[in-house]
Amino acid sequence: MTEEIIIAGFGGQGVLSMGKILAYSGVMQDKEVSWMPSYGPEMRGGTANVSVIISDERISSPIINTFDTAIILNQQSLDKFEHSVKPGGLLIYDPNGITHEPTRKDINIYKIAATAKAQELGISKVFNMVVLGGFLKLKPIVDKQYIHEGLEHSLPQRHWNLIPQNEEAIEIGKGLIEPVQVL
Amino acid sequence: MAKELKLMKGNEAIARAMIASGTDGYFGYPITPQSEVMETLMAEKPWEDTGMVVLQAESEMASINMVYGGAATGKKVATSSSSPGISLMQEGLTYLAGAEIPCLVVNVMRGGPGLGTIQPSQSDYFQSVKGGGHGDYQLYTLAPASVQEMYDFVFDAWDIAFKYRNPVLILSDGAIGQCMEKLYTRDYVPRWTEEERRKNAPWGTWGKPANRPHNIITSLELDSARQEVFNHKLQAKYAEMKEKEVRYEMLNCEDAEYIIVAYGSSSRIAMKAMQMAREKGIKVGLFRLITLFPFPSKQLAEVAKHVKGILCVEMSAGQMIEDVKLATNCGVKTEHFGRFGGIIPTPTEVLEALENKIIK
Amino acid sequence: MANTDIEARKQELLNQGYTEVYTRTKVLTDAVMHYCPGCGHGTTHRLVAEVIDEMGIQDQVVGVSPVGCSVLAYNYFDVDFQEAAHGRAPALATAIKRLNPDTFVFTYQGDGDLAAIGTAETIHACNRGENITMIFVNNGIYGMTGGQMAPTTLIGMKSATTPYGRRVDLNGYPLRITELISTLPGTYYVTRQSVQTPAAVRKAKAAIRKAFENQKLKKGLSFVEILSNCNSGWKMTPVQANKWMEDNMMPNYPVGDIKVDGKLVDNVDVARLAVDHPLTVMQ
Repeated sequence: MTEEIIIAGFGGQGVLSMGKILAYSGVMQDKEVSWMPSYGPEMRGGTANVSVIISDERISSPIINTFDTAIILNQQSLDKFEHSVKPGGLLIYDPNGITHEPTRKDINIYKIAATAKAQELGISKVFNMVVLGGFLKLKPIVDKQYIHEGLEHSLPQRHWNLIPQNEEAIEIGKGLIEPVQVL
Repeated sequence: MAKELKLMKGNEAIARAMIASGTDGYFGYPITPQSEVMETLMAEKPWEDTGMVVLQAESEMASINMVYGGAATGKKVATSSSSPGISLMQEGLTYLAGAEIPCLVVNVMRGGPGLGTIQPSQSDYFQSVKGGGHGDYQLYTLAPASVQEMYDFVFDAWDIAFKYRNPVLILSDGAIGQCMEKLYTRDYVPRWTEEERRKNAPWGTWGKPANRPHNIITSLELDSARQEVFNHKLQAKYAEMKEKEVRYEMLNCEDAEYIIVAYGSSSRIAMKAMQMAREKGIKVGLFRLITLFPFPSKQLAEVAKHVKGILCVEMSAGQMIEDVKLATNCGVKTEHFGRFGGIIPTPTEVLEALENKIIK
Repeated sequence: MANTDIEARKQELLNQGYTEVYTRTKVLTDAVMHYCPGCGHGTTHRLVAEVIDEMGIQDQVVGVSPVGCSVLAYNYFDVDFQEAAHGRAPALATAIKRLNPDTFVFTYQGDGDLAAIGTAETIHACNRGENITMIFVNNGIYGMTGGQMAPTTLIGMKSATTPYGRRVDLNGYPLRITELISTLPGTYYVTRQSVQTPAAVRKAKAAIRKAFENQKLKKGLSFVEILSNCNSGWKMTPVQANKWMEDNMMPNYPVGDIKVDGKLVDNVDVARLAVDHPLTVMQ
């Protein structure tokens, strides 16, 4: 199994930390992982993206240009990465702020209204975990128990009290994701 | 601290390896994309634990000269920077090499020339292995291709640096520095005791006991005849490194009709391209350089005898390729493929280059 | 003569009834100094060596020599020594001291080294309050390279690169680095001395002693400027050069303590020196 993922959105949406929690969960499950961010000026208020690879084998390049899954959180990222999804791959997007929908016909497309839901529930801080939950519903590449360990390793100990809230958000996401186009 | 499994950035791995390998001091100056090295050290406060000294200097020139001062007392002292900062350190590096001071310098490369970009690049190859500073000198140069190697090579660097009384350069780039991967940490190596320091660095300047002559650390010799003798001594040392300390990795080279030569993050991209080629039935191997100086010339020449072509992949306009051609005596078709200025080539591009420049 | 021979000869003379009035300190080596006759470096070396000897710290000292006339200082002091790149001595000294807190660390630098190419290292080592001693020999010229303009060259003063005299419009003002660093909170003791007369030598030695004692007490950075002639560079005899130094250097660079025990000395007007630059006429 090798899963090559791009997560992309605005800086501040928790893109990098979502990737880190997913990657750390993979480490805990004894997978090979890599987490490769965009960095520099892009990080400072503009768009942010991170490639995460989780695999049973030694990972060759952490830098990749096609993806099994694209998790898209804004329009710019949709424009940039829709065409990088491998044929037959998966695109997940949050419809918040999306003005033109994805157009590919050869990929599976799901949407998750995580921004709206998180606002409604007053859990905007764990918005990214709602999105992660949606992804894990479709591709359960890491087990629940390892997600817990991944959260423990990703968050500083003083924030461990927030782990249950993060886990709840993941569960909410699993229920929230809905198909747009399934091959 | 015991062995642990972690997910970590390459830059953080460098910092943690410095602490864990018994490093006595770190002096640095912030520059993207390597600032996490000093940030991690400052957050970890090793001075409270191992006694390691960490100081933010006023410039890279000051950092490298602090390395000189500290390391010349026979202690394990390191710095890190990225390309423009490493350029500022070249004066210090030639002095360190000329005074035969063991130390560790890490370059997390970014695109140039000039201020350039902050994205990954590998265009400091010439600077690293062909001098950089003035005079005939070499830095033992290690090129990590993973976060684990970023960590492990710090430990290796200290062994080489003190064995040969020579500066060691870890030549990485923004991709490996910023990338997070799985990492097995090691048990702490304690910092040297006073007795160990005196035993391992009898040449050090820590205050002259009554029973030994004063130790002098200098790269100055006004007598040209003596300076030539000293240069011969340096060259003999470098020759010994070439003989004994070459490191490389070969993947799928046994049956390869074509090989890709690369180091650092380019070798990871090349590995993916190699896998893609093999899926298409093209017999491609990867020759990954681990030491850039000493260059694995003999080993590469041996492999090159049996292949139809070599593609050199480097995030530069073509620097490493010169050493590849020298190693193989231009005996086989050799081409360069690279992106530069902070652009990372994709595995698909590498495969296309292989097909278009070498196989066609 | 080697040190042991000197000791034996001294004992012989004392036994014959002679009285010892002066002896060379054992902290200086037997090497013949390359300095020009009449230059202040030799005297300054001796003073530093005597202080090290008298404090009984020879086995704890690490010196750092600059690039310039005193580049070979390591050959003359019988203590561990490092030779720095041009201007970088305070950076070396910073790391030596921080990694080896029980040592006594001093830099020995000239005006080009300390106040031109090494200005950043000087100011930041002073500002961090590194617990080291800096000895700064100011002769207003680059002696080693053949008498070019230094940051401390006086207005009107001739040098190889100011053959018609230093001009403010071309070359800017003489840099009073010592007054400058005295305003930094990291400096604990800042003084300017000279070595052209026996009385001046005694004062200079007391200042150097104080600078090393401060280091022992971990007080922060002590900075001792020594005004020296450069008779070769100034193209004068040593006697003329000392006279010229008193007449021209000293009005620009007033001798005396500037900062003692972390406090600026009352009668030193650092602010006045910021605007007052007398013109020098050099034949």
